[in-house]
Amino acid sequence: MRLSIKACAALVLSQSILFECACSSSGVLDPHGPIGGAERTILFNATVIMLAVVVPVILATGLFAWWFRAGNRKARREPEWEYAGRIEFVVWAIPALVVLFLGGICWISSHDLDPRTRLHAAAAPIEVEVVSLDWKWLFIYPNLGIASVNRLVAPAGTPLHFRLTSAGVMNSFFIPQLGSQIYTMAGMATELNLQADDPGTYAGLSAQFSGDGFSDMRFEVAAVSPQAFAQWIDETRAHGGSLGAQEYAELTRPTRKDAPRTFAAVSPKLFDAILGTPGAAPREISK
Amino acid sequence: MFGKLSLAAIPWDQPIPLITSAVIIVLLAAILALVTYKGWWSYLWREWLTSTDHKRIGVMYVLLALVMLIRGFSDAIMMRSQLAVAAGTAAGYLPPEHYNQIFSAHGTIMIFFVAMTFVIGLMNFAVPLQLGVRDVAFPVLNSVSFWLTAAGVLLVNVSLVIGEFARTGWLAYPPLSEIAYSPGVGVDYYLWSLQISGLGTLLAGINFTTTILKLRAPGMSYSRMPIFCWTALASNLLIVAAFPILTATFAMLLLDRYLGFHFFTNDAGGNPMMYINLIWAWGHPEVYILILPAFGVFSEVIATFSGKPLFGHRSMVIATMAICMLSFMVWLHHFFTMGAGANVNAFFGIMTMIIAVPTGVKVFNWLFTLYWGEVRFTSPVYWSLGFMVTFVIGGMTGVLLAIPPADFVLHNSLFLVAHFHNVIIGGVVFGAMAGYTYWFPKAFGFTLDERLGKASFWCWFIGFYLAFMPLYVLGLMGATRRMQHYSDTSWQPLMWVAFAGALVILTGMAFTVAQLVYSIKTRDRRRDRTGDPWNGRTLEWSTASPPPPWNFTVLPQVSGIDEFWSMKRAGKKATSGAAPQSPQPPPSIHVPRPSSLGFLTAFCAVIFGFASIWHIWWLAILGLVGAIAVTLKHSWQLNTEVQVSPQEVAEFETRHRAAP
Repeated sequence: MRLSIKACAALVLSQSILFECACSSSGVLDPHGPIGGAERTILFNATVIMLAVVVPVILATGLFAWWFRAGNRKARREPEWEYAGRIEFVVWAIPALVVLFLGGICWISSHDLDPRTRLHAAAAPIEVEVVSLDWKWLFIYPNLGIASVNRLVAPAGTPLHFRLTSAGVMNSFFIPQLGSQIYTMAGMATELNLQADDPGTYAGLSAQFSGDGFSDMRFEVAAVSPQAFAQWIDETRAHGGSLGAQEYAELTRPTRKDAPRTFAAVSPKLFDAILGTPGAAPREISK
Repeated sequence: MFGKLSLAAIPWDQPIPLITSAVIIVLLAAILALVTYKGWWSYLWREWLTSTDHKRIGVMYVLLALVMLIRGFSDAIMMRSQLAVAAGTAAGYLPPEHYNQIFSAHGTIMIFFVAMTFVIGLMNFAVPLQLGVRDVAFPVLNSVSFWLTAAGVLLVNVSLVIGEFARTGWLAYPPLSEIAYSPGVGVDYYLWSLQISGLGTLLAGINFTTTILKLRAPGMSYSRMPIFCWTALASNLLIVAAFPILTATFAMLLLDRYLGFHFFTNDAGGNPMMYINLIWAWGHPEVYILILPAFGVFSEVIATFSGKPLFGHRSMVIATMAICMLSFMVWLHHFFTMGAGANVNAFFGIMTMIIAVPTGVKVFNWLFTLYWGEVRFTSPVYWSLGFMVTFVIGGMTGVLLAIPPADFVLHNSLFLVAHFHNVIIGGVVFGAMAGYTYWFPKAFGFTLDERLGKASFWCWFIGFYLAFMPLYVLGLMGATRRMQHYSDTSWQPLMWVAFAGALVILTGMAFTVAQLVYSIKTRDRRRDRTGDPWNGRTLEWSTASPPPPWNFTVLPQVSGIDEFWSMKRAGKKATSGAAPQSPQPPPSIHVPRPSSLGFLTAFCAVIFGFASIWHIWWLAILGLVGAIAVTLKHSWQLNTEVQVSPQEVAEFETRHRAAP
């Protein structure tokens, strides 16, 4: 029995170390945007509310089993006791109350943090169209007429409005430090609103398995100052070729670990064209 | 002639599957040679392969599950070791083409051929005994169910050496699983093996639903039914309702792949979202199909070893049936990130949380069953307490994932992976192990070694926390599931901890094997001649261990919950059923005749499945016609039962009653 108490202590200790670990790293507990921040708050609140029930239950399990062990002469025994109306009422009421509370959080937060809800900000949002390809990400800035692969550049402090689709198989567009992910699916456009509050580099990835090159389907998010963003636009427009039908067809061929690159010009209708021809470029047949 | 099949189908360039399958083939050959050498074939055929005895079929199910647990676990070890090394620029030792097959096979095998098979095995063994009846409603169908499951198992394992397995994840989401993106035979292996075994599961569901609803000992009203039978009823109702969805969904994907249909393709009006919808309309009930019987096992174990009736039996029944209903109303929480509106997401989030209410009630009722009890710390109790502690954590992270905005950052992450392993290992596996240890003496007449059982428990328990707590954290750090390598080297230490955890669990499995071997070797001194080694409460403990083929010589008359407990308190001696104390001529007892239908159907099903996977159409037709022919032939057989001779019954009774 002493062994299990020690084991429990070790468990609690290791859990707190793990928790520290999770908070200090660049994951969803270290958000840099309003959406990610709100989602972290929900994670913490809901966890604390539930721990208020879960911890006593865990302790009671150990305590009851230990105290009522066979051979403990001090323990009271009631081998016929099988029902108590008041206890039954309480055991239904406790989880029901917790769920009532959490259900409220669920309903309100689902509406507040609906991926389609526009963010409130003074600046007009930057429009970004996202296409998941095998196995890379294409970002089209329709209003700026430029595009990039595997690197998303955006001004910090300005809302981003994404429309997303896929050229083939399903993927999920996810930047852990900014918040919500959303699926990309061929023939359909999903919507997402995010914002980076602070300048910095954040990791982006596909969170939906999409085939052999999936693990390298990562991209970099560079949140920069408005001046740097303007500069980046100018540079992009000055260098690199344009993204036309032929270049796009080239992009749809399966590749892995594509280095980031940019396109100086892109048709504003490209995204809708991709949307309108789902499954047009299936992966090359390979064993 | 041989369709797509050629020698190139054998992965000569991949040493791991090649060596593994070589070892399996050598082992199989050795076992077959041993059976032939010892002349066991006729015994094996008569008493096991063609058996229609629910107890034997239950034992075979559990054995199959344990074997597949080893297969599924070797996949797990490979995944954990790959991720322990594949950090930064390292690519690890498993290329994506192989790694993707491994995690797909791991999920498929663990859910369909370990968890499902184990749970159905336990129900097979225990339900008719608890109900106080002689067999299930359809004994031959029961055998067919088992063998169809075995056919699925065989096909999955054949994919190791001939061809490949799916590289799409365990649910094979289209469009990735469509022919345009997965042109190989992997997805076909996946689909056909699950179609065949899924049919077996559906038949088992029908069988058990009928058995529980229509065959119960005289006097056993629903309110007197043991809680394990209630959970089995809920689970089988879910099977009957959910598995047709799975079969239909897979059938549509098969039509897409084989005949160029467009149910789930990107183009021509197909809709992959519909597949995801349908697969989870099966998939969410599926997890309750697994966990409800495990809840039943814990209820039996905790009540028995506390020496008390289950606290709040009626509450437990209501909670079970509430979970059964609610499990069909939550499937959308598997794809909150698909872009449904806030109202839809919030509705399904709240429905999911509501399931936590009856589940919480169950946990509290187990606690109050311990309270004022006299708890004997046997290994089934260890598993049960380990479950209660572990499962509430898994439940908590589950409710967390049920909040759509929380799911938006945790979906598909290693946090999710940790969550479902938390509930499946902490719930289903612990439950299966508890049930295995609890009912083993009933099945074989001797108990399993306690020390090795407890050693196995501690390894599983500690190993689970070591392996999966780091995954919770990695998920929060932004690690997603199914990745074959990762660039962030700060994840690596936790990956090593998780790998160490997997090794500890491996040790636990070794202890289980050692426990079985050691207990068989020392069986003579661990015999239980009373039939009631745990001082049990329900009817299965009232008959001999192992029970006779007819279970109960005289069907017990039931007048309350925990009937056997009341019988013992009333001073009746344990007999095979409520057998008359005064010597009476034993009643006329019929048991189902052994039947080769199950074995032969499954044999034909394997041929059909294999031929369909490789497009060998003449052979596929042969297999299908064969399966139909043996079934038709069986349908004309009128003589399906044998009468047990009165001498045999009398002899058995004398022997059993003479036991100390």
